[in-house]
Amino acid sequence: MDLNLLWFGLLGVLLTGYAILDGFDLGVGMLHLRARTDLERRIVMNSIGPLWDGNEVWLVTFGGALFAAFPHTYATAFSAFYLPFMLLLFALIFRAVSMEFRSKRDSTTWRRAWDVAFFGASGLATFLFGVAVGDSMMGLPIGPDMEFQGDLLDLLQPYGLLVGVLVVTTFLMHGSIYLYLKTEGDFQARIHAWMWRTFSVFLTAYIITTAVTLATIPHAISNFTQYPLASVVVLLNILAIANIPRAIYHKRPFYAFVSSAATIAALVFLFGMALFPNLIYSSLNADWSLTIYNSSSSQKTLGIMRNIAFIGMPFVLAYTTIIYWTFRGKVDLGKFSY
Amino acid sequence: MEVHTLLLSRLQFSLTIMFHYIFPPLTIGLGALLVIMESTYMVTKDPRYRAMAKFWTKIFAVSFAMGVASGIVMEFQFGTNWATYSRYVGDVFGSALAAEGIFAFFLESGFLAVLVFGWDRVSDRMHWFSTLMVALGAVFSAIWIVVANSWQQTPAGFHIVGEGIRARAEITDFWTMVFNPSTVHRLLHVLIGAYILGGFFVMSVSAFYVLKKRHLDLARKTFVLGLIVATIFSFAALVSGHFQAVTVSDTQPAKLAAFEGHFHTGTGGSPMTLWGIVDEEEEAVKYSLAIPGLLSWLVSGDASKPITGLDAFSEADRPPVSVPFYTYHLMIALGMYFIFLCLLAWFFYWRRTLFATRWLLWVFVFSVVGPFLANQGGWVAAEVGRQPWIVHKLLRTSDALSKVVRAEQVLASIVLFAVIYIFLFLVWITVLNRKIKAGPGDELSEVEPDSEKWSWIDAAAVRAAPGETSMTGATAEPAERKGS
Repeated sequence: MDLNLLWFGLLGVLLTGYAILDGFDLGVGMLHLRARTDLERRIVMNSIGPLWDGNEVWLVTFGGALFAAFPHTYATAFSAFYLPFMLLLFALIFRAVSMEFRSKRDSTTWRRAWDVAFFGASGLATFLFGVAVGDSMMGLPIGPDMEFQGDLLDLLQPYGLLVGVLVVTTFLMHGSIYLYLKTEGDFQARIHAWMWRTFSVFLTAYIITTAVTLATIPHAISNFTQYPLASVVVLLNILAIANIPRAIYHKRPFYAFVSSAATIAALVFLFGMALFPNLIYSSLNADWSLTIYNSSSSQKTLGIMRNIAFIGMPFVLAYTTIIYWTFRGKVDLGKFSY
Repeated sequence: MEVHTLLLSRLQFSLTIMFHYIFPPLTIGLGALLVIMESTYMVTKDPRYRAMAKFWTKIFAVSFAMGVASGIVMEFQFGTNWATYSRYVGDVFGSALAAEGIFAFFLESGFLAVLVFGWDRVSDRMHWFSTLMVALGAVFSAIWIVVANSWQQTPAGFHIVGEGIRARAEITDFWTMVFNPSTVHRLLHVLIGAYILGGFFVMSVSAFYVLKKRHLDLARKTFVLGLIVATIFSFAALVSGHFQAVTVSDTQPAKLAAFEGHFHTGTGGSPMTLWGIVDEEEEAVKYSLAIPGLLSWLVSGDASKPITGLDAFSEADRPPVSVPFYTYHLMIALGMYFIFLCLLAWFFYWRRTLFATRWLLWVFVFSVVGPFLANQGGWVAAEVGRQPWIVHKLLRTSDALSKVVRAEQVLASIVLFAVIYIFLFLVWITVLNRKIKAGPGDELSEVEPDSEKWSWIDAAAVRAAPGETSMTGATAEPAERKGS
């Protein structure tokens, strides 16, 4: 078995899991200020209350696995994205705290301040994730010593910002479908309109980003000539996107949610296809790129990690299922709620 | 410029790790206590233990959230600030980190949701199981992170591959890496420190309730439970600390010399300095009180055998002395204080006047600061004492930095973290304060005064406050209750 390829795949699985799961709760966070009353806002927060912490663990595990499997990539990327990642941390911490503390006091000013913090932090975190993905698609100025040779401006190129917008719109759509699933009555009826609006914004961003990618980033699609079967995923992606309005129209929110999750999974897959076999593409000289082979840990470590992952994965799936089963159904504000 | 980056990066790391480490020992310690409380409820079905567990779960959850939020920073900053180090140790830490992510993080955070939000949604048995899983997850997490840290202190089971920037440690034997010479003693000491904190934390809150005559029944029981846990682990810390010091003298003699302020090897037995003021210029500990030969006797069993002093190491390989010396001695002094305070409490318990001794209860209210400081002090001593190495004798801290990160960036992020941490800390204290002031009140209103079974905690608590009417309305005497 090619362990490097296996770990590239597993990282993809972790990133997909993270994007789908934290995707809806970041999306819910960005929609938070659209809720009008205090009760509605509590419903919004509690729709993700028991789950966001477990969702964020996918990111922590993704980071840990990247460090472990491809230490050079982890070191190069994290030191290159120094300030954006510090801001990301800032946003993630603030998000966690704003949820934890918002409903702890009755004061309107207190609650409003945390509402804004929750909204802002969710938006900033989502946007920064998108920029990081966009920059990786484009490639970074990496020297022969595997070190980043650019500065902050290299990370804020138009393409990175465009992908940032795409990810924001994707999570907005994903989050509104999730909220629709978790709410009832008048509030739910209003969210129905949010789903349409966020979907159209997402579709616009998707079409523009696809066009710009095809026109300006040739190495992003070169893998398709080598692995033509991967085009099936493109087809599935389009079908999944097309199914979202259909499901919304027929008021089948669960199918809409699954389609939206499948759309995110397909986008992560395409991101992987654009990179493979590189992890960080060097825009200075393609030979200096960090690949899944030249930046990895030893075969022995990758093997040990594979064994650990195979032992642990069934447990992780088992208790993720238990937790989602326990907290299924509509939001129910009790005395343990936020 | 590079000096500034190094200094600032170390400052940032100490800031973020010390802030983070307020929370993990608290949640490890409280987690274990929650398991005891809920297990007692499962056995006795006495709803007061459910109320007790519910109250402490709230305190636990707030602290856990803080731990998660500040913990993500830890994982990021190895890559952001210490990229060269990450390249060097990635292969070795890889398996430990993968294990931590898979076994610990998912376990803790998943079941925490059931713990906090699941009281009305799952059965008692499932809730108890979730509590057990969260407590276990916290221990797993400690295991893997301590393995990684211990490997830095006493590397084993690896070989060095490559040169220059590509030089790194690669694993040769997984289990030798995991059970490197310092793992076991360090792990035990870390867990013991966490359980002491858990004990003192619940005692502090309970003593406050007793003093304010609120939630008396619950508070007394919780206090005695905390006292039992704190006493056992305060003694355990003494034993475990001794073995750890012996390991340090074998594996990192320069570090032990720094702990003890032992500058000169000399001839004959080495003294143990109880306190003093370190003068690094003159290489001496001034105004010190030292017991001759004690260090030699404790470490080697022979009071006349000299212990290696700092003079055995070249200037470039010596750790700083002041910080490790003071923090190490602070930890030990606090450890002795915990034992003394616990024994004092047991004396009044034996006299049956524990809960009438108001001054002692006030001492317990404030003594919770002690274990926080001791846990921090121990780690500061261990990590500063490891200098100048980031990986003992293999990689210097000054060579471990990210090559592309500049001092201004580090400074900016320190400011960012300092602001958010001061803020977070205040909010944490405020929320804890409100929760403690609110107390377990609303849970108790649903409690039915009906306890057929007499648990060991009831049995232990009743002695401390004999003849007092418990919340159940009956005069509490174990013999009578058992007979009724």
